[in-house]
Amino acid sequence: MEDELIEFKNVTKRFGKRTVLDNVGLRIFDGDVTTIIGKSGTGKSVLLKHIIGLLAPTEGTILFRGKPVYEMDRKEFDAYRSQFSYCFQNNALFDSLTVFGNIALPLQQTTRMGKKEIETRVVQKMEQLEVADVSDKYPSQLSGGMQKRVALARALVTDPKIVLFDEPTTGQDPIRKNAILSMIAHNQKRFGFTTIMISHDIPDVFYISNRILILYDGKIIFQGTYRELERLQHPMVDEYISSLKGFEKEFLTPVSDGEAFGLSGKDVKIAEKKDTVIVAVLTLDELDALTEKLGQKRTDEILQSLGEYLNRHFGDVGISNRMAKNRFAVIFNHMDAKRVESMVEAFTRELREQGLGEAHPDTGGLIDSGKTVSLAVRVGLAEASPKENIQVTADKARSREKVIARFFCARCET
Amino acid sequence: MTRTKTSGEKQLWPFETVGTKVNGWVDDLGAVGIFLLRAFIMVFRAKQLPSIVQQVYYIGARSAPVVMLVGLFTGMVLGLQLYYTLVKFGSTGALGSAIALSLIRELGPVLTAIMITARAGSSMTTEIGIQRISEQIDALYTMRIDSLRYLVSPRIAASIISFPLLTAFFDIIGILGGYLTGVVLLGLDAGSYFYRVETSVEIDDITGGFVKAVVFAIIVSTICCFQGYFTHMRTDAHGAKSVGLSTTSAVVLSCVLILISDYVVTSLLL
Repeated sequence: MEDELIEFKNVTKRFGKRTVLDNVGLRIFDGDVTTIIGKSGTGKSVLLKHIIGLLAPTEGTILFRGKPVYEMDRKEFDAYRSQFSYCFQNNALFDSLTVFGNIALPLQQTTRMGKKEIETRVVQKMEQLEVADVSDKYPSQLSGGMQKRVALARALVTDPKIVLFDEPTTGQDPIRKNAILSMIAHNQKRFGFTTIMISHDIPDVFYISNRILILYDGKIIFQGTYRELERLQHPMVDEYISSLKGFEKEFLTPVSDGEAFGLSGKDVKIAEKKDTVIVAVLTLDELDALTEKLGQKRTDEILQSLGEYLNRHFGDVGISNRMAKNRFAVIFNHMDAKRVESMVEAFTRELREQGLGEAHPDTGGLIDSGKTVSLAVRVGLAEASPKENIQVTADKARSREKVIARFFCARCET
Repeated sequence: MTRTKTSGEKQLWPFETVGTKVNGWVDDLGAVGIFLLRAFIMVFRAKQLPSIVQQVYYIGARSAPVVMLVGLFTGMVLGLQLYYTLVKFGSTGALGSAIALSLIRELGPVLTAIMITARAGSSMTTEIGIQRISEQIDALYTMRIDSLRYLVSPRIAASIISFPLLTAFFDIIGILGGYLTGVVLLGLDAGSYFYRVETSVEIDDITGGFVKAVVFAIIVSTICCFQGYFTHMRTDAHGAKSVGLSTTSAVVLSCVLILISDYVVTSLLL
């Protein structure tokens, strides 16, 4: 059973006569990625700020591992806060400090570490989050995506146990949104922190979340897994499902350059140093037909499953990202073509053996096409030449795509 | 549903308005007092020295040229004005005394404080105000960094160090400015000018000037930091506009309080 980390008991927050949180009850578990969704202005940020103590509830109790937060003495409260980091919606980087200064600040001010130790830790964190090249720059000299990484580096440099993200993808283009979400998911797995996130990026955020909380009119109307969400009958859920159509339209907007992959200049520079880079493009075929026959949620689950396979197989050696709703790109910077091919073979083997969520491997037996839907995954590989636009390489990989696995799953009963 | 006011309540509105205003001022005064006390205590916490030195550079060293320039011309104007006044009484020999005492006791601390308010005080408010509205102060909280210790205490400490030093510069340059007009331009005797300066200025005059400078330093740094720190609490504006209004309020309030406290401190010293 999971350990309960944070619990809100009948928490109400009023600003003057306006009630923002109304008798909120929720539970957040240790090690989970918990995402809070809800319309703008429903009090999501207010809720997050209550967790870290930036705001105090008007009524109700917040428990941390069973202990009321606002009954803790000063020392306990300080120890409680020391476990958290907070990534602000607008990053809240100190514009008068360099990237290095920003990341080093919490260590300089709250620890007894020496100058050298701080420098080692900051450099290590900058390298992990690929911002080492811009350590002397000021936040205003960086792109939005880069600033986000610096904010994440600052949040992670103290090795927090819990990281709170307030709309980490706000203001980002659709592709970069996914880059940030995959960065969070990747780092959450890598560093093992509990994540509590506010996001509007549906359905993508579901792929990286263990639990979802829905805040509606100041109340929590749902808390549970994505599967449990399917059973929820609420106008809010219907609104989200209908909004997916718009999301899809937005997502399929053609991309024009390497930046659109959500990759930093640093990613491409590594490729230049190595002279070549291998790009793998994976596509789930016939997405529209699948959505029509299986419904949005089931299709999303299949995509989520494919994304999980990708992270498991290539997460440590490549940078994976979504190019479109049904297409993923993986960039291998430090590997030769043979090694990539053998990794793709291992990936293919597992896909064929394990299936894709509820889609079973099609082993060539007799399948009733009236009751089932077929789907296939294609993969194409291409090698980028030095300084070649990453988009051109991806297009090359797409043109070489071959089916690597076929699946089938039961149609909707309707 | 809103209740309509009775005629008795309507007649009481002037008292209600004044009462509310006074309550607000008392609240603000209390808040400023607590703000200053908490920030001042944190001056003596660990790791403050580098920040204080940095602020001494911004508030003190970088204000020095403008303070000295103002000091020079203030001394020169005083030299001219006092010469033509003293000449009517045949007391031009007292020019050195008049200039030195005016500058050391009064004009030096006041004009220096006003100049630093305009140059450094306004930037304190703006900088802290922008940090407030861009959630940088909230970010400090989430990193367990006390924002008063990190942002306010070094500025108060640096002001307490810088104001008397700049006042001393102002006084010296002002006396030299008086020498330029009185001696070089109008032909008074140089030896007599400096003799009068030396004999008329007592240690109490210098101490009094420095006491004023320290009082002004505390007032200016506290008001300017307070206005920036609580810029988000303004009800008359939000965002960038609130920072602009806070800066204006900080400068105006600081200048007014410099002059009021100058009177109070002078009465206590004399």
